[in-house]
Formats: sequence, structure tokens, C-alpha cells
Amino acid sequence: MPDAASESHALHGQPPAILHEPALKHHFDDLAQQKEAATLGMWLFLATEVLFFGGLFAAYLLYRVWYPDVFGEASRTLDITLGAVNTMVLICSSLTMALAVHASATGERRTLMVFLVLTMVLGAAFLGIKGVEYYDKFAHHHVPGPSFHFEGAAPERAQLFFSLYFAMTGLHALHMVIGLGILAVLLFMAWRGRFSPAWHTPVEISGLYWHFVDIVWIFLFPLLYLVDRHS
Amino acid sequence: MDSLTLPRTHYANAEYGLRSWLLTTDHKRIALLFLGSISAFFLIGGIFAMLIRLELLTPPGDLVSDDTYNKLFTMHGIVMIFMFLIPSIPAVFGNFFVPIMVGAKDLAFPRLNLLSWYIFITGGMFTLAAIALGGVDTGWTFYTPFSTHASQSNVMLAAVGVFIMGFSSILTGLNFIVTIHTMRAPGLTWFRLPLFIWAIYATSLINVLGTPVLAISLVAVALERAFHIGIFDPAYGGDPLLFQHLFWFYSHPAVYIMVLPSMGVVSELVAAFSRKNIFGYTFVAFSSLAIAVFGFLVWGHHMFVAGMSVYSAMIFSVLSFLVAVPSAVKVFNWTATLYRGSISFQTPMLYALGFIGLFTIGGLTGLFLATLAVDVHVTDTYFVVAHFHYIMVGGALMGYLGALHYWWPKMTGRMYPDLIGRIAAVTVFIGFNLTFFPQFVLGYLGMPRRYHAYPPEFQALNVLSTAGASILAVGFLIPAVYLLWSLKYGKVAGPDPWGALSLEWTIPSPPPTFNFDETPVITGPAYAYDQREGQRA
Repeated sequence: MPDAASESHALHGQPPAILHEPALKHHFDDLAQQKEAATLGMWLFLATEVLFFGGLFAAYLLYRVWYPDVFGEASRTLDITLGAVNTMVLICSSLTMALAVHASATGERRTLMVFLVLTMVLGAAFLGIKGVEYYDKFAHHHVPGPSFHFEGAAPERAQLFFSLYFAMTGLHALHMVIGLGILAVLLFMAWRGRFSPAWHTPVEISGLYWHFVDIVWIFLFPLLYLVDRHS
Repeated sequence: MDSLTLPRTHYANAEYGLRSWLLTTDHKRIALLFLGSISAFFLIGGIFAMLIRLELLTPPGDLVSDDTYNKLFTMHGIVMIFMFLIPSIPAVFGNFFVPIMVGAKDLAFPRLNLLSWYIFITGGMFTLAAIALGGVDTGWTFYTPFSTHASQSNVMLAAVGVFIMGFSSILTGLNFIVTIHTMRAPGLTWFRLPLFIWAIYATSLINVLGTPVLAISLVAVALERAFHIGIFDPAYGGDPLLFQHLFWFYSHPAVYIMVLPSMGVVSELVAAFSRKNIFGYTFVAFSSLAIAVFGFLVWGHHMFVAGMSVYSAMIFSVLSFLVAVPSAVKVFNWTATLYRGSISFQTPMLYALGFIGLFTIGGLTGLFLATLAVDVHVTDTYFVVAHFHYIMVGGALMGYLGALHYWWPKMTGRMYPDLIGRIAAVTVFIGFNLTFFPQFVLGYLGMPRRYHAYPPEFQALNVLSTAGASILAVGFLIPAVYLLWSLKYGKVAGPDPWGALSLEWTIPSPPPTFNFDETPVITGPAYAYDQREGQRA
């Protein structure tokens, strides 16, 4: 067993001392291989997420092409200010997340914790603003269902827009909530001093996830809010 | 052979107790958890199949009501596809052998692997609950508007079950891709990998890219059914065809999820039992990837009569013909490998040869269905039923049984009686053809699928089919008996009972917990049978 390990470490050009790294799982040769596997795994997971959201984007595309006028009309009822502010909030949270990853790579534990908390605050702010918007939809009877009401030529097709609006932003919000959970775990691990410049893979790949969720919103915002604001 | 003994400690006896199995992260133990679960599901799906065939023994609908019949074929489909065929080879043999064949101690994410099994079981429980509480009657395809508005059965429970099980196959596929990319032993380059690994890799790509789309379509069906949000409902401007597009975007590639792993198994078997390097290794390897890629572009051929644009239909038809090319590459290369090989007709090889013949029939009749004009004539008839059973049973299941018989000695350390195994394999082959070949004729004569009654002139062929199904059932029961028998009484197999060459045969049977005492270093191609025979001479 030690022979095999040192042999493969020789092949990977790593000193045998790294065997004592507590974060190294037994079935990997070294931390570099372990990190490569984790990173590839997260990218693949994000690929599945693209396809997962892709089904809804395909549905949106179809109905937007079929009913451009109704979709434009329904889109104009959304609050563009709140949407734009939320977009800014999310982009800022991506920045703080990137800074958190950087802090974990340089081993600054306090800075890491500060940026993780900031990211969580911004994420929660996004969800709060989203909640205000959802409340507004309830107040105006724009939620699909028996009490749906829309002043316009084709209310049933406007309902289709709001169905997609709730499905897409709801799925996105669910991903934000999961992201906040992940950040909470990272914060706990950082507080316990689990990360080091040699091993901070969880922070890095969680960062990938957070940026992905951010990018989904970057597509949702123009499709849902801006689609008919050019005139 | 009598001097062979089992290793004192191996993966299956390293720890004892239920807890050591339910909390294991050993890929080999998880493979056995999957083997047990999907065998039970296969039995359930098989019982539904037998009830269907019993009903069709006579022209009038006398055994079950039309409603019950709808539920029977729906649950047969859901159980066999989502709970048996899709996990079958990847989750059992992929789990067990991918790490060993790439020279690793485990999959890249062992805990995620265990989670896959728990997710699978959770989803399976939902689907079983849907069955136990009265069944589902939409067909396994969940077509709208029937599934969203008309059906009074447990659509929601079944859809949630399938949704959950989807994440199991996503995570398993992700685990395989990462393992194959990052954990190969020193010297094990891509083109030294066994072809089984290439097939599993291609399958995993489909799992990872296709399954999420099924998941989101089922979410949409559930939302539509619960809240009538209108996404597939023409009354609100929605489009039922959108559901079919989204559904088949996954479910056509899912055919390749089911058959590609079997193709990988057949490559292993053909090489091992004809003692030859696979003819055109690179072509066979890339044909797996080509099938995975083309497989994503042909879903529309399920919708030729659904009211799709005729121009789309023409394009989907042409693309469907293209899938035949990589499939044919495989069949020709296996045949070329057999040519002048020293073939031994042991049990696994019989299944491999069965696969090649039956898959060829299934594939060629697929071309009939991809042809627009012919498809209009035979769509929704027993011709389609026979075609896809030739792919799924004649192809995927034959490969699964071949893999089971090939790797059983490695997994358990013991041999089964080969003669009885061969008798069972022949029984399965005869029973299968007797069941499904008459259905080609029935379909061509115009007998529609999914009815519990039919005109009397179709009875003779239906009696043949039901008789075949009984033989097939016996053919499945025989291995169940002798494989369980072999666990205790089988001859000790030793590390390499077949004289095969890939990495799994270099370690003890059953393997130790961490597979290899020393990380292996690979210096040559996967199937160097020619060199070895030369050395022996």
C-alpha cells in the first residue's frame, strides 16, 4: 500500500508528506487529483442544471414566439425597478463570492468569513425583494389559478406568461435557497478552520454554483422584464 | 481447479451486519444493493407482463377490465424502463467494475454513490405506492392532456417517483464520467480502456444531459395537473405537442441509455470468448459516442403522426437513419472479431451472440419505423411493440444477462453450473423470439397496441406470443435458482475463470475492499489476446 502510494505520488510529482493532509480521501492519490475530480463533478452538475432550466426556457421561447403581443403586455406589468435592483444585488453577491474564494485560496480565514456572510446577506436581500414582487402579483390577481385576472385582450394567454414567470423565477429562487444553505455550511466550516490554501475545494466549487445561479437570473431578467420595453 | 480457494477477507465479508451494508460507501457493495433492488422490480414488471399476455390469450377482454388493462401495460412500462432497464447495467455492473477496470480504489464520489441508491429507492417507493394505491393508466409516456386532465389514477405519485429516480441516474452518470476522466491508473490512456468503459461513458453523458429535461417536463405535468397553469393546455394557448417534444428529448436517448451499456458488455464478451482483440477498437469506441450524440437528434420520429410539421418529420427521419450507421459499425466489428477467433460457447457468450442477432432485427425494424410512409401504416400497432422489445429485451436485457453470467464469478467468487446456464440461455432465446416475432406479423396485419380485446382472426398469433412469454418466464427463473444456489455450493472460481484479460481478472474473486493491493500500471491495449496466445505457444 505505501509502495503504491509513493509510486503514484512520484508520478504526480507530489511529496509523500501530503499523505498526512486530513482532507485527502483514501481513494485518491493526492489532493490535486481530488480537486480535479470535485471540480469536474461540479461543472457536470451545472451542465445538468442548464438542461433542467432549458426545458422551461424552451417553453418560454415557443409561447413568446406564438404570442409576442400578449407576452409584451403581461411583461410590462412587472416592476422593472425592483427587477433591476435585484439584478444589481445578485451581481454584487457574485463579486463577494469571488472575493470569498480568493480569501480561501490565500488562507485569510476572517476575510473569508466576512465575504461569505456578505454573500448570504445579498442572497437573502434578493429573495426578500423577490418576495415583495410575488406579494404584488397576489395583490393584483396575477397568480395563475381560479382567481387569476388580467385586463387585456387575451387573459388566458397572459396567464401562460405568468405561469412561466412563476415557474422560472420560482425554480431560480429555490436554487438561491439551496445556495444559502451551502453558504451556511461553508461559513461553519470556515469558522472551524477547515480550509487552507492547500485545500479549499468546497469554497471554489460552491462559488461555481453561486455564479451559475446568478447567470440564470441574467437570462431571466431580460426575458421576463425587458422583453417589450424597447419602445 | 479444485485447489482454488476463496480469499479469507474480501469486500463482502470485511464487515458484517445490516448497518455495514446500508451505510457502505464501497462501490461493490452499492452495486449489490442495486442488484437486489432491480431484481425485485424486474419480478414485479414481469408479473405485469404475464398478466398482459394472459389477457391477450383470448380475443374478448375477459380476464381484466379495460381500465385494469390500461394500468397493467402502464405499470409494466414504468417499472421495466425506469426501475429496471435504466439502472440495470450501469448501476450494477458499472458500479462494480468501472473503478476496477480503470484501476481505482473506488468511484470519485463514494458517498454520492450511496446517495444515488437511496434516491433510487425513495423514487421507487413513490412509484410502488402509486401502483399499490390503484395504479396509473396514462401509459409510461405520461402524454398530456390525458395525464394532466382526464386520468383519474395516481399520475402524481408515479410522476414524482420517476422524477426522483431521475436524480439517481444523473448522479450515477456524473460519478462515472468524473471517475473515468480523473482516476485512471498510470499508463491507462483513453485508447487502452476496455470498450465497456467507453460504452458506460457514452451512457453517462446521455444520463447527465437528458434526464434533467425529463425531470422538468414531469414538474410541468405535475404543475399543470395540480394548478392547471396552462402550459400544455390548448384552452390557455398551451401546446400538448410541447410535452411530447420535451418528453422524447429525454426518452428517445433513454433507449440508448438502456442499450449502450449492453453493447459495451457484448464487446467484452466477444473479445474474451473468441480470444481476439476487438476488430477496429477505435471505431467501436467512437461509435458509442456517435450513438450518444445522434441519439439526441432523432426524438421527433416518435411524433410522426402527432401533427408535427412534415418538414420536421423529414429531417427527423433522415437523422434517424443516421443512427443506424454507428450501430451497424458495432455489429460488423463484432462479427469481424468472431471471424477466425477460437470461440467458446460458454453461457455469457451465448447471450452475446443472442444480442447481436436480436439487436440486428430490432435495429433494422427501427428503420422501417423511421421511414415516414411505412411508419404511418404501422405506428401504434404491435409492430412497434415488437420492435422496441427486440431492442430492450433482445438487446438490453440479453446484455444484462450476459454481464451477470460473465461477472458473477468475480462478484461472488463462485461458478454456476455452465451447462444449466447454457440451457437457460437457449430457453430465453427461444421464448423471446416466440413471444415477440409473432407481434411483428400482428402489427403488420393491423392489430393496434394498448387494447385488451382484439378481433378473433388475430388469436393464433397471440396464443403463440403468450406461449413464448411462458417459456421466457421459465428462462428467467432458471438463472435465479442456480445463481442463488451457486452462492453456497458453486465451485470456487479463482481470479480468472474465463481466461479474460481486463484488469478485473487480475485481482482475487471476490475482490478486496480497496480492489488493488498496488495501483496497477498499464502498459498495453485492453484486449491483447493475440500477444498472449503467442507467448503461450
